[in-house]
Amino acid sequence: MSPALVIFFVLAALSVIGALNVILQKHPIHSALSLIVVMVSLAGLYLLMGAEFVAAVQIIVYGGAIMVLFVFVIMLLNAGAEEHTDFSKLAKFGGLPLALALTGLLAAAMIHNGGAVPNAGGTDIPLASTGKISVMLFSTFVYPFELTSFLILVAIMGALVLAQREKKD
Amino acid sequence: MSSLIAFAESFWALTIIKIALLLFIVLTVNAYLTWFERKVVALMQSRVGPHRVGPHGLLQPAADGLKFLFKEDVMPAGVDKFVYLLAPFLALTLALASLAVIPFGPKPLPPPITYFGHQIDLWVTNPDIGLLVLFSITALGVYGVALAGWASNSKYPLLGGLRSSAQMVSYELSMTMSVVGVLLMANSFSLTKIIEAQSGRTIFGIFPAWNIISFHGGVPQIVGFLCFLISAIAETNRVPFDLPEAESELVAGFHTEYSSFKFAMFFIAEYTSMITVSSLCAILFFGGWNSPFPSGPAWNFTLYLPSVILIPFGLWVISDGLKYETLIGKIVLPLIGAGIASIGALLLAGIWIKPLHDANDYLQGPFWLLSKIFFFLFFYVWARGTLPRFRYDQLMNIGWKLLLPVSIANVIVTAAFVLFRSAQ
Repeated sequence: MSPALVIFFVLAALSVIGALNVILQKHPIHSALSLIVVMVSLAGLYLLMGAEFVAAVQIIVYGGAIMVLFVFVIMLLNAGAEEHTDFSKLAKFGGLPLALALTGLLAAAMIHNGGAVPNAGGTDIPLASTGKISVMLFSTFVYPFELTSFLILVAIMGALVLAQREKKD
Repeated sequence: MSSLIAFAESFWALTIIKIALLLFIVLTVNAYLTWFERKVVALMQSRVGPHRVGPHGLLQPAADGLKFLFKEDVMPAGVDKFVYLLAPFLALTLALASLAVIPFGPKPLPPPITYFGHQIDLWVTNPDIGLLVLFSITALGVYGVALAGWASNSKYPLLGGLRSSAQMVSYELSMTMSVVGVLLMANSFSLTKIIEAQSGRTIFGIFPAWNIISFHGGVPQIVGFLCFLISAIAETNRVPFDLPEAESELVAGFHTEYSSFKFAMFFIAEYTSMITVSSLCAILFFGGWNSPFPSGPAWNFTLYLPSVILIPFGLWVISDGLKYETLIGKIVLPLIGAGIASIGALLLAGIWIKPLHDANDYLQGPFWLLSKIFFFLFFYVWARGTLPRFRYDQLMNIGWKLLLPVSIANVIVTAAFVLFRSAQ
């Protein structure tokens, strides 16, 4: 096995175990920590595919900003360990078959496209360089990009309005 | 056996050696940074500072280190064990990892120094997204402090952890925005390319074209630099932004419940991130490893500035050591001084001897970068010795209402200039 393949399997295992841990852990902080592990190992997978910029942004935005907010809120509310109840009927009878179906579908798609492991270390892919990504963002995908920023702006203003309203009362 | 030899000659072995060397140097420097800080703050407050352990208190860091190792390691009742143990490791690992992408000197001019055919560069790794790597490590660095505060199961650390996560998230924004101007001027995320973009030019034939004053390809980044410096001090939780560990309100903040070496790990992490931030200031705004003097035959004498500093310093250490009555003062200090002075003399001999001349050339980059880093470290201590702590609402106001808008304005102005220049 090449070193890249070994790293891929380690990161893949980490992200799967981390994702399972998110739902298996009882304490919200432990779940949030597992989610950080998932985010960081996904960033490692992006790095392995040669998408340096995407990997760095993944850690800065998801691993850093968003998850810090999660942890912050959990700490602020001082949320205690949650009690696990019995699975709901829907999850018991609907969830497992659906999960199996999704896994099968993904596996079939990957096998169909020739191998489940991404081409490690490739540099020709369009996501490799920061310059190419920014040119794409501001030419091909300029409308989705601007719309997304507009959406975020609206969300920020909505949050501000809600906060102000509480103050007036 | 042969595979072992192959490994020892490989690029990986070189990298491991570099990492080990860097860690050794940085941890030693960290230890002496505590000594430096105590001495300088003492000087500012008309005190003597540490002076009991060794001459000038120079062995104080060793005594402190031993003390940390031998103190009882208390784990308070009711802590979340895993997270409690994870937090100091996370803080220290991330702080040390960020040093890997800092370039301490330029690619050596020929003749290159090699290790079994691999050229030895003065950095551990030099990715194209060096600056982004640093920012992603900073983004994760919040967890060390926040989790330590949460896991300690005590009210003061929890408040400290909450404060620090709010503070670090707020100031991360302005810190990232304030360097965008530099990125626009260098057109790259790579730290070596950012430095190279600042080298080789002068303003009015005398001043170096560093980003802080350079009109080349943009506007001088003075505003960006000030925003970066303030937010970076806040990111490292140092005075005047050390609310997470405000001792008058929170005992010791997030590390109140940590004892023994786990406390030391937070301490080392804080000092390491000070070094990282200082080197970033030097690299992004002050030309990195570039000399402040213009190049050219008329300025060749500046190549011997390291010797001009090292020789008198070594002689001073000798004369100072001879005044002591203790064994360490009378023998060890003069020996160290003689070593420093003779290194300086050897470099000066480079005027006549070719290999020494090359060695002097190699040392120029690290010498200037380290001098700049040292200046910013002094600035940190200076701020600590002179500034009072901000109130929490002031802290948030500065971050969101002053630094963020100003750094965004800086981005817009710089971008407009870059666009204007490229359109010409």
